Amino acid sequence: MIDRERRRLLKIAGTLVLGSMLPVLPCSASSGKGIVPAAGAGRLAMVVDPGKCPPGCRDCIDACHTIHNVPDIAGSGKQIRWIRQVPFRNAFPEQGHPYLDDGRRDVPVLALCNHCENPPCVRVCPTKATFRRSDGIVAMDYHRCIGCRFCIAACPYGSRSMNFRDPRPFLRSVNPDYPTRTRGVVEKCNFCEERLAKGMPPACVEACGKRGGLLFGDIADPSSEVRRLVRDRRTVRRRPELGTEPHVFYIVS
Amino acid sequence: MDRMAAGRRIGWLWTGILVIIFAAGGFAYLRQLQEGLGITGMNQDISWGLYIAQFTFLVGIAASAVMLILPYYLHDYKLFGRITLLGEFLAVAAVLMSVTFIIVDLGRPDRAFNVILHASPTSILFWDMVVLTGYLLLNLVIGWSVLESERKGVPPPGWVKPLIYLSIPWAVSIHTVTAFIYAGLPGRGFWLTAIMAPRFLASAFASGPALLVLVCLVLRRYTAFDAGREPLQTLGKIIAYALAASIFFVLMEVFTAFYSGIPSLADHFEYMFHGLEGHGPLVPWMWTSAVLAVAALAVLLVPSLRRNEAWLAAACAAVFVSLWIEKGLGLIVTGFVPSPTGEIGTYVPTVPEIAITLGVWAGGLLVLTLLYRLFTAVKAQMEPRALRAAAKGAGEP
Repeated sequence: MIDRERRRLLKIAGTLVLGSMLPVLPCSASSGKGIVPAAGAGRLAMVVDPGKCPPGCRDCIDACHTIHNVPDIAGSGKQIRWIRQVPFRNAFPEQGHPYLDDGRRDVPVLALCNHCENPPCVRVCPTKATFRRSDGIVAMDYHRCIGCRFCIAACPYGSRSMNFRDPRPFLRSVNPDYPTRTRGVVEKCNFCEERLAKGMPPACVEACGKRGGLLFGDIADPSSEVRRLVRDRRTVRRRPELGTEPHVFYIVS
Repeated sequence: MDRMAAGRRIGWLWTGILVIIFAAGGFAYLRQLQEGLGITGMNQDISWGLYIAQFTFLVGIAASAVMLILPYYLHDYKLFGRITLLGEFLAVAAVLMSVTFIIVDLGRPDRAFNVILHASPTSILFWDMVVLTGYLLLNLVIGWSVLESERKGVPPPGWVKPLIYLSIPWAVSIHTVTAFIYAGLPGRGFWLTAIMAPRFLASAFASGPALLVLVCLVLRRYTAFDAGREPLQTLGKIIAYALAASIFFVLMEVFTAFYSGIPSLADHFEYMFHGLEGHGPLVPWMWTSAVLAVAALAVLLVPSLRRNEAWLAAACAAVFVSLWIEKGLGLIVTGFVPSPTGEIGTYVPTVPEIAITLGVWAGGLLVLTLLYRLFTAVKAQMEPRALRAAAKGAGEP
């Protein structure tokens, strides 16, 4: 009941926010930065620059998990993760050759949902609880998910987590601006769709800030920063051979 | 009549044990409803376990009814006429169990109807629901109307025939669609193989008939119904061919994985049969499965052994156990190890998880027992001669 009520309120709030922003959006889009594109337009993408990732820094992960009420469940195979650090050789298994020194092989690389152009998770979902928006965000409807975990089996990036238990007791604080989940549903990174709708950048990008390790924008826009980066710098994507067309790009330094 | 009385006693004992296991599973499931799937051994790395494995194995058992229907209805192989109903009722019970395993595996079973409310034709799970529901209805209607006609001593109504013919390709479809659940996932090298559906069918056509042979032997011993020697011999040959195909297909997978040397293919087989980076919980199981399969094939291929019903029974038990290990244990977990990001997860089914699994099996076997009781009752009524023969046989020392 509470969930449904909250959802209804969120819908109303979202509509109000979107409605109030309509006259503003073209201005923000033309402001040149391209960090926050108009909701529903273009093709959203992220560029990760691992070279600008300070060792031991977890700011982006903490920001994301706090803002999205991601529970902190300890133990191997138990953690729920929207964005996480994966050793380089695991993130890019085809590149982890034995002559890389240990530091390079195990250097942590940020991994999150790739918001694929051709997402296997969306294809296999039997209820359309996960779906692809026209701007490329692969989103979840926590109220429709039946918890069959077909999407987890389908995702080749390990980007999805299941709430095997009630996540709420594992929250240190609750952000009232984003719904908590019930047990039995799957969750994942949503490129901060709820923040984009308010004209804010994704939480991880904001947390990384001026370090510039995380950049976000409309890659369909030729003048956007992410587009410039993938044009001027050498970038790779995770497991491109699978045909999923991931939209998180990693700068090779 | 001593033997019949003993059979009845054992029948009630069997039913009683099943009811107890079913109830225990029910209580464990209530706990799972309260606390969520966290009471199972499943986790983020290995997110499907025993439940989905049982589902997969049982879809195969259900599909295997076609190994009786096809020879009898398409090739007029009369010897199977007496036991086709056993196959159809086995299919009914197996589909019920497999669907129940899907339900108990859901994180939010209260929303199960979303699969219909928000039907998604791109999802193989949606199509699996369609074909499994259709197959359940087909076998219920066919089994029931054929049994009804037998009871009345009239031939089955004309409209049943087309349904029977339809059930043949439909049986193939349920296991093909079930294989597609796994065989179409881009990041899971172990499952990403075009031979998955043929493999599923081959192992199903061995494990299902093996179970039927054992069932027929039990029915002969404890009820008035005797399937006869020859149908079991024919089933033995069918099992031998299907098992040979199943072993052959697995060897094809092993060749491709190891000769190509591609880690995303080979790692999984290494995990199963040797252990990967020190993790090999399935190793003893998989070798047991392999040895049992090869031994059973040898027994079934040697005519003098196959004709001995004790050997036949042992071989059928070995086939069933071997293929249960392969599909009901190894197939699902191994698909997740290593994960697409190279994690070697661990999965140990918990006590409540095993209780729920046994409970679903017990529930399905209760349905099967009920259907087979109806079947043997009708047969006993229609074949007083068989009954007399059984009574006479029982009178001998």
